[in-house]
Parts: sequence; C-alpha cells; structure tokens
Amino acid sequence: MSARGDLAERTAERHLREPWDELRLPATRAFRSQRAGATFGMWIFLASEVLFFGALFLLYTALRLEHSADFAVAARETNIVYGTLNTALLLTSGMTAAVAVQASEREDLRRLTLLCLAATVALGLAFMVVKGLEYREDIEKHLVPGAHFALKERATQLFFGFYWLSTSIHAIHLAIGIGLLTRLIWREWRSPGLLFKSPQLEVATLYWGFVDLVWIVLYPMLYLDGRSA
Amino acid sequence: MSGASSDASSLANPRELDLGLPVSYLGEGHSVASWLFTTDHKRIAILYALSITFFFFIGGAAATLVRLELFTPQGDVVGADHYNKLFSLHGIVMVWFFLIPSIPTTMGNFLLPLMIGARDLAFPKLNLISWYLNIAGGLLTLAAVLAGGIDTGWTFYVPYSTVFSNTFVTLAVLGVFVSGFSTIATGVNFIATVHYLRAPGMTWFRLPLFVWSMYTTSLIFVLATPVLALTLILVIAERTFGLPIFDPARGGDPILFQHLFWFYSHPAVYIMILPAMGVISEVITCYARRRIFGYSFMVYALVAIAVIGFFTWGHHMFTSGMSPFAALVFSFLSFIVAVPSAIKVFNWTATLYRGQIGFESPMLYGLGFLGLFTMGGLTGLFLASVPIDVHVQDTYFVVAHFHYIMVGASVSAYFAGLHFWWPKVTGRMYPESWARFAALLMFFGFNLTFFPQFIAGYLGMPRRYYAYPPEFQVWNVLSSSGAAVLAVAYLMPLGYLTWSLFFGARALNDPWNASGLEWRTTSPPPRQNFFGNPQVLAPPYDYHPEATPPGDEPRIAEEGALT
Repeated sequence: MSARGDLAERTAERHLREPWDELRLPATRAFRSQRAGATFGMWIFLASEVLFFGALFLLYTALRLEHSADFAVAARETNIVYGTLNTALLLTSGMTAAVAVQASEREDLRRLTLLCLAATVALGLAFMVVKGLEYREDIEKHLVPGAHFALKERATQLFFGFYWLSTSIHAIHLAIGIGLLTRLIWREWRSPGLLFKSPQLEVATLYWGFVDLVWIVLYPMLYLDGRSA
Repeated sequence: MSGASSDASSLANPRELDLGLPVSYLGEGHSVASWLFTTDHKRIAILYALSITFFFFIGGAAATLVRLELFTPQGDVVGADHYNKLFSLHGIVMVWFFLIPSIPTTMGNFLLPLMIGARDLAFPKLNLISWYLNIAGGLLTLAAVLAGGIDTGWTFYVPYSTVFSNTFVTLAVLGVFVSGFSTIATGVNFIATVHYLRAPGMTWFRLPLFVWSMYTTSLIFVLATPVLALTLILVIAERTFGLPIFDPARGGDPILFQHLFWFYSHPAVYIMILPAMGVISEVITCYARRRIFGYSFMVYALVAIAVIGFFTWGHHMFTSGMSPFAALVFSFLSFIVAVPSAIKVFNWTATLYRGQIGFESPMLYGLGFLGLFTMGGLTGLFLASVPIDVHVQDTYFVVAHFHYIMVGASVSAYFAGLHFWWPKVTGRMYPESWARFAALLMFFGFNLTFFPQFIAGYLGMPRRYYAYPPEFQVWNVLSSSGAAVLAVAYLMPLGYLTWSLFFGARALNDPWNASGLEWRTTSPPPRQNFFGNPQVLAPPYDYHPEATPPGDEPRIAEEGALT
C-alpha cells in the first residue's frame, strides 16, 4: 500500500499546477480534481470546435442543396485514392493515440506510450505529405477557383472553394495536434516519467480524436459525393 | 509586518487591526513584468480594465464625431466616406473590444473566484493568454483604422465587405477573429472554474446570481463565438484568396452570411446583457437590504435567456428575404425570450418592495439600469413584430433600441459594478457625491441622446447617413446635445476614480455591509484571495434574515470584519 501510495503522491505532486495545488486537499485528491478539470475544459473547448466546424458544414449543406448537380460533377474531380489513404492514416493515428493515453496510466509501459505517440505524430505527418501531393495535383489540374478554373459548371468553383478552405482549416488543426504531441514526446525525453498519468496527454489526445472526427465527416463530403452512381 | 504604511501592500484600513496578514495582490511585485506575466486573476482583471477603458474612449471619440456631424442636415464636419469609417470604427470597437469583454473579463475575472471561494480560475495561464489575444485583436483592428479605416459597418455584410469595399476590411476582420479566441478561452475557463473550484458548501443553488450570469454568458461565449470565427474566415478567404463563397455572381449566397453572422451576433447581445443582469442582482439586494425575490426563477431566467437567445437571430433579417413562416417563428421566439427578461425585471422590482432602499451611487446606476433596460426591452418587442420591423427597419428606431440595451443597460450596470466593487478592487473609497452626480448625469444624458432617436426613426430617418432632410434636425440637435452631456458623464468617473486611487480614503473590508463571499476578505484581497478555507453555510443575499424587525440592520458597516 505505502509504495503505491507514495508513487501516487509523487505523481500528483509532479503534475499539480496552480490553483489546484492550493485546494488544501491531499495531493492525490487535488490531482484527481485537476485532471478531471483539465479534461472537462478540453471537452468544453471541443464543444466550441463542434460549432466552428458545424458552421462550415452548414455552409456545405446550404450550397449543395442549391447546386447539387454541379457539386456531384466537382466532387468526381477530387482524388479518391489520396482521400481514402488519408482516411486510413488518420484512423490509424487515432488508434495509436488511444493506446498511448491508455499506456500512460501504467508506469511500466513508458516505452509503449512513447512509441505510440511517435507513431501518431508520424501518421499525422504522413497525412500532411499525402495532402500536399494531392494539392499539387489539384493545382496542376487547375482546380483552384479563379480565371483558369478547369470545370465549366458554375457552382463547381463553389465546391472547390469549400474544398480548399475546409481541408486547409483541417490541416491547421492537425498541425496544432502534431505540435502538441511532439512537445509531449520531447518533454518526456528530457524528463522521463513526465507522461505517467499526465493530464496534458489526455487533453492532447482528446483534441487529436476530434480532429480525426472532423476528417471522417469531411471525407464523404469531398470524395464520395457524385461517385455513387 | 512593518505596521500600517501608506503602501497599498499593507493593511487596507488603518482602523482595522494589523493581524500580520500577507500583502495584497497589488503589493506582490511592482515591476511591469509582474503585471504583464501575472497569472493572478485579479491582476489580469486590472489589465483588462485598462485595455477596455482605452477602447471605450476610442469608440467614444468616434461616436462624438458622428454626433457632431449629425448636428446639421448637411455634411459639414466629415464627408460620406469618412462618416462611414467613423460609425464602423465606433461599432466595431464598442461591440468587440468594449461591450463583449467589459463585465466578464474585468469583474468576472476579478470576482468569480472570490465569489465561489476559489484561489484562482481553473486555468490561470490560459487566462493571461486570453488577455494577449484580446490586445492582439484590438491592435490589428486599430492598425486597420490607422492604415485608412474600414467602412463596412460593424456587421461586415457581404457582398459589400468581400467584393466592393476598398478599405482595410481584412485587417479589421482578422482583429475581431483573434479577439474571438480570447472570449472562447475566457468562457472555457469560467465554466471549468464554476464546475470544479467551488468552495465546500457552495452548491449550485447557493451561487450568487453574478456567478450564474458569468456561467450562462460563458456558455454563449463557447457556443456562439466559433460560428462568428468561421464566418469571418470565410470573409477573409473570399477577399484574400478569391474563393467564391458569398458572391452571388459566382453562385454564392450572401443571405447565408447574414444567417451565420446573426447566429453569433444575436446571442452576443445576451453576452452584453446577462453579465449586467448579474451585477444588478448583487447591487439591488445590497442597497435594498433584501434577499433577491425568487432566486431560483432568477437562475432559470438567466439560463432560459441564454438558450432561447440562440434561436432568435432571424429577427434581424425580416427584410432580407425570408419565408413568411420562418419570419413568424423567429418573431414568436423573439417574443418568448422577453418572458424571462420580464421575470427578471419584476423580481428586481419585487426585491425593492419593503426594502430599506439607499441611494448610494451603485444603486443609482442600478435603478437607472432598470428603467433603461425596460425601455430597451419593450421597444425590442416592437421590433420583434414583423409589420413594425418592416416599417422601421434600418432607421434610428433600431439604433435607439439597441443603444438602450447595450449602452443604457449594459454600461449603466458596468458603472454600477465598478462603483460597487471599487473599494474591494483598489482598497480605496471614491468621492460619493461626485459619483452620485455622475450617475444622475449619465441617466439624463443617455435619455436625451437616445430618446429623440426613437422619434426620428419612427418618422423615417434612416441610419448610417451623414446627411439627412432638414425636418429631422430638431431630433438630431437634441440627440447631439445629449451626447455632449453623456460624454461629460463618462469622463467624470475617469477623473474621480483615478483621483481616489491616490487620495481616496482607505476602504473597509466590507464597506457596504454586503453579504457575498468576496467581502469576507481584505480590501484589496491577498494573492490567495482568502486567509482560511472559506466554507459556505447559507444561501446568498442573506440580508435582513427572517423574523427580524425592519430597520435594525445598518446599511453601512461601522467597521470591517474578518470572518
């Protein structure tokens, strides 16, 4: 009991931040509260993000209702191979992130935590690379709205306006996620044991999961429309 | 301790015993860095107070020029272009850099932890970041003004803002976008704090109504602001990268912009008024020495306003092209949201009933709020009715209506709170007679400025024009004279409150004999807020307990008390 109790106390003291360290509670209880508070705060932020992307999806819905035929034509021009590959990459990264956060609960699984985090970052970077290849192809095919746009139908430009906007907003979110996880890996490298029961890891992977989810909604909007027939 | 010295870090009031207490939050470091890198919610509140005061006077200067121009029917002070830039500057700065952050980021930041018995907000660093985001946003917008201004109005309506305007729209929009993240951060922080850091015994239904108002405001911050953020990104993307989104010539939908914009901007009105309601609930109970009438209904009303407020945005768009059925629903919902607002007005009035009402300056501002909010709310019902709205759309009637709510009510409440908590924040008393005079002058000046606008608007004077037919001149002269009075009334507190910082009498810990937890510590509070572990044993507003005869409770405490 005492050995485990000591460990819990040391972990709690390591992670406690103001103002949670001043609750005049035992360190372990204060830490539990801090961890719950941090996770809760992230959920509130994610609620905010849902409304952010909700507005984006509303835009798509409204425009597609007005121009469904043109949207189908435009969506057939996206590269479904890249899109599907990216979906697979991100879903896998979601799994490694989930394993990482579970592994961080146990002190003897430090290697696994680090490995899974590194895999998550690598998969995120791979997504960005594929996205970059796809962007290059899109630019070569003149799929950037403007004077030299490749398609004749009027609203196809609207679709590609949405395509560039939504994928770049998603990529910015993903880049923030990669940054958060890289920072955690780097800090664990510098001071081993930091990720053990770390609220920061929990919060960062929650965010990662949300960015995954956004892609799952974007994927059918951008790649599957117009391909069913 | 070296005993009572003139230093703000020592004991607040020399008449109180020196108990060897720790220094106040003001005394913990005097360097600029100790302020700019602080994570103390009280210091961040002061930082916000400085920045919003700055923005308030920038927006006010623009309004002064607008009123000056409208003194005569011709354009003699500024031309059309400059006039457009002036009212846009006034609107953008006042809405996003004064009104929306005003009460939550200053009083909310300072008082929320104190009122629930916490040491700080849940995420102190995030709190500091949010101030920097706010400043960054404000500076970007001001940069747009210095670069040559922006002429879209505060609403950034497309396609004017995306296709036609040649002014610095992108920069200003970017500023508003950045400041949006500041309010989201504040909202997340407040919600988590209320959920996780309440003192033992501080149950949800013992929270002061100010805390409830901060909580409901934060919900709107978190759930409405991201929609504005995305909408502004769309405007920037269309302007900068030529993406077709709202441009009707390329198949886009400009009405969609209005829907998205008002989905945020109508709840934003409640961001401005809910905190005001919270302040008034604290002030009225204290100066009437009464428990709040119908506490639980006051809470439900706050929540109801926050929730229903999300579903009324369409009433800004009755003339934009909307199906009559949609208009009917939005009109109905706009009437419904008046019900909880009316409940609050009736409950404040009932709180006054048989109270020992004192007319100290915060109460004068508070009573002013009651009258102005009722006026603004009732004229809001006119505008929620489709036929009247179509008649007075885009006239000064609308301008007068929303100024009664946003300036009359919200700013009155801001000043009520500023005076009420000034002794707690600074440890100094302000000159009461000056404050009373300013409160009366503000009420008078406000009505003189904006009541004539109802009449001018009803007679058909459109908003946003620098010149107007001569028959409206009498109303505009009245209004501009009122604006001069109002300007003096706003400058006065700047003077005497600053004076009080240096020469004001030391404040007691609880100068108003108020009941809230924030008064149960020193004025100004120490960095840790409380000396012991606060525990809450009673519901809020424990004034004049039952079964005590009226008249035996002193309104002004003789001595402060440490409990």
